Amino acid sequence: MTTFQEFIGNEGHVPAWPYAIRYDQEQEIETDVLIIGGGIAGCWAAISAARKGAKVALVEKSATVRSGAGGPGCDHWCDTAANPLSKVDPDEWARELTKSFGGYGCGIGREIQCRENYHTLLELEKMGGKIRDDEDRFKGVEGRDDKTKFLISPRMNPFHDTNVVIRVWGTTFKPALKKECGRLGVKIYDRIMATGLLTEKGVQGGRVIGATGLNCRTGEFMVFKSKATILCSSSGGSIWLMNTELAGYNTMSPRAVSGDGIAMAWRAGAEFTLMERSGIMGITPGFKHRWYTGAGDASFENVPLVDGNGKELPIVTEPGWGKKDVDRMGFGWSAIREDVMRGKYALPFYGDFPSMPAIERKVTWNMLLEEECTGKIIVDTYTEAGFDPSKDQLQNYALIEGSSLPQWREANGGGLVVDWDLRTSLEGLYAAGTQLFSPGDHSFAAATGRYAGRKAAVFTRTANQPTASKEQISMEKERIYAPIKRSNGIDWKELHAGIARVMQYFCSEYKTESLFKMGLDSLHEIEEKWAPTLFASDPHKLMRSLEDLSMLTHAQIIIHASRARRASSKFLGFNRIDYPQLDPPEWHKFITVKQENGEIKTGERILDYCGNLKENYEAHNRDYIEEHD
Amino acid sequence: MKVFAVPNIATPGRPAVFNPEICNGCNTCVDHCPSDVFIPNPVEGRCPIILHPDECWYCGTCVNDCPCPGAVQFNWPLQQRGYWKRRETGRIFQA
Ligand SMILES: Cc1cc2nc3c(=O)[nH]c(=O)nc-3n(C[C@H](O)[C@H](O)[C@H](O)COP(=O)(O)OP(=O)(O)OC[C@H]3O[C@@H](n4cnc5c(N)ncnc54)[C@H](O)[C@@H]3O)c2cc1C
Ligand code: SF4
Ligand code: SF4
Repeated sequence: MTTFQEFIGNEGHVPAWPYAIRYDQEQEIETDVLIIGGGIAGCWAAISAARKGAKVALVEKSATVRSGAGGPGCDHWCDTAANPLSKVDPDEWARELTKSFGGYGCGIGREIQCRENYHTLLELEKMGGKIRDDEDRFKGVEGRDDKTKFLISPRMNPFHDTNVVIRVWGTTFKPALKKECGRLGVKIYDRIMATGLLTEKGVQGGRVIGATGLNCRTGEFMVFKSKATILCSSSGGSIWLMNTELAGYNTMSPRAVSGDGIAMAWRAGAEFTLMERSGIMGITPGFKHRWYTGAGDASFENVPLVDGNGKELPIVTEPGWGKKDVDRMGFGWSAIREDVMRGKYALPFYGDFPSMPAIERKVTWNMLLEEECTGKIIVDTYTEAGFDPSKDQLQNYALIEGSSLPQWREANGGGLVVDWDLRTSLEGLYAAGTQLFSPGDHSFAAATGRYAGRKAAVFTRTANQPTASKEQISMEKERIYAPIKRSNGIDWKELHAGIARVMQYFCSEYKTESLFKMGLDSLHEIEEKWAPTLFASDPHKLMRSLEDLSMLTHAQIIIHASRARRASSKFLGFNRIDYPQLDPPEWHKFITVKQENGEIKTGERILDYCGNLKENYEAHNRDYIEEHD
Repeated sequence: MKVFAVPNIATPGRPAVFNPEICNGCNTCVDHCPSDVFIPNPVEGRCPIILHPDECWYCGTCVNDCPCPGAVQFNWPLQQRGYWKRRETGRIFQA
């Protein structure tokens, strides 16, 4: 008996809710540092704050051991500019990364990543994370350094020659981080969804002094009082996709990544930037057959692609393995499409594993793809089904699966504005990882989390613990429990689809002031008419319902920010019909948005508001530099 | 035969298949699943129940972290089962 239906068939009734229901109960926890989100950034923040002597509580909506986008694994530790094999200078590399994408990068985060992610990696190794080929399993693989036993990845040419990307065994990371949290006395609260930030006197824009939470299994209310809070709950995974089923609707973001942190910080009055930025979800909507989605896209990294008749294609997904003249999804593919239509190549295409040198095949199949986060279960499934990479070609889904619609977008790059302490615009509130604007990847989240943890811990040494506003707590309680008081109305799935539809229509491929206005009006209508009918029959559905309310706020912020940028930008995936000029110099700046006394305030910052990265980093981290050099 | 009135089954409807002969009902999969797809069986020691299959993220954690090999198998929904070709024979297989 495994499925719900089987249970009913055997038992003659639906299962009772397996956890005690505690909607009417409340727990209060006092701590120095509160971490919201126990993904990569959150675990690192907790560990580093605890190492600085702070009392730490970590709140995680899922289960810390595997939660977040990096929970199942990670195969590349990127931009490790300070590793001993690196051929680049960390400060220069951080500058390069910040400058890429039109200069809209997060300079502070990039500098931290490039200066500290190698230290972070070595610490991870001490905790039990596997980062080297100690057993010489991959001796002879291109990029392996026999002395350090690091496997330098060929990924992302032209970065290849820089030696900044290290292949790692990321399936070992999350359990190791959780164990270290436990060893250091971090109090982990799993299955608790943080719902709102508490501010001093309950005032918007005031110092952040904790958060409220909901136990997603029992429905118990939680109050966390803290001297400093670090938001690490990533961004919002699905704002434009109506589908709440199939592959989790965004294969790069677990379901729990639902914009809660963004909505919380917005209500508290924190400043955001780049919220108008979005991009088409290429490989990541769950409708597609890709490695992350579950089937098998062999066109990965160094696997040669052949057509249906075995003819080699002049393309690889990751350029750099001998075919530098073709780009990833640009003209290379459109030229191939034309050749297919002319009959030169036969569909479908295949990843020709058998033609690879044995050792490269082994490292790609048995390490890279297995460690690539959700890839392990895919590799295991194929292996059990009889796939043998020395004999078999893996089907590729380019062209036959079609392209994503321009309306299948994701919010990429919008986030909290921070200073050199990774403090947000609100006192007591810090942020790390994908919660920042223009975030990087796994090692970015790890390094910035680790950095925010130590900065927040230092702040708590002299900070007092103000009393939380009873009124703010009771208002939040009322807000979050409203859906369980109804037994009819709109459910979370329908609300999700309705919000996504508004975003598809009014803030997507076609952008104009009048469409934005219609979008805001429609979201307002949802807020006033439909959200008050939201109902949830158990704590789990209540969590999903609250996620939708976060999504609603997130969507509104995106449209407000979009209205404020009256120019188009190729770097921000932002095309306005009423302001078609692409990246005019006067709009080459960050647009910021926040709430002040309930009113929307927009502002701007110059692109290099982070200043000289090297100088500022060093001025803010003298102790750290002394400790580590 | 008793027929119950139940709603349609979501897709995916059964992301994991338990083997009751091997599964000891330890609930590790219940506790590690990031989407809380499973609930513990009301009878201690029995396989968990799949309650929210439509929320599965296909992360594989339930299978990867299960301490009893073979107790749970991942079950790709049909539309996510990929293909491959044996180079020598040209025969097509599906996972
Ligand atoms: C398939 C896949 C492959 C990848 N491969 C790589 C790779 O090889 N190299 C690489 O560098 N990067 C890779 N990434 C990206 C990398 O995993 C992310 O960049 C990284 O996890 C971001 O870390 P984060 O801490 O910002 O967010 P996450 O790790 O996603 O953590 C956010 C956490 O917040 C929790 N949360 C959300 N809302 C709440 C709330 N209200 N209350 C409490 N908790 C909450 C979530 O449950 C989650 O645990 C990959 C991602 C995927 C999905
Ligand atoms: S499938 Fe594995 S992890 Fe899940 S309850 Fe059974 S034995 Fe435990
Ligand atoms: S694959 Fe992941 S999300 Fe799906 S049921 Fe298993 S643990 Fe849960």
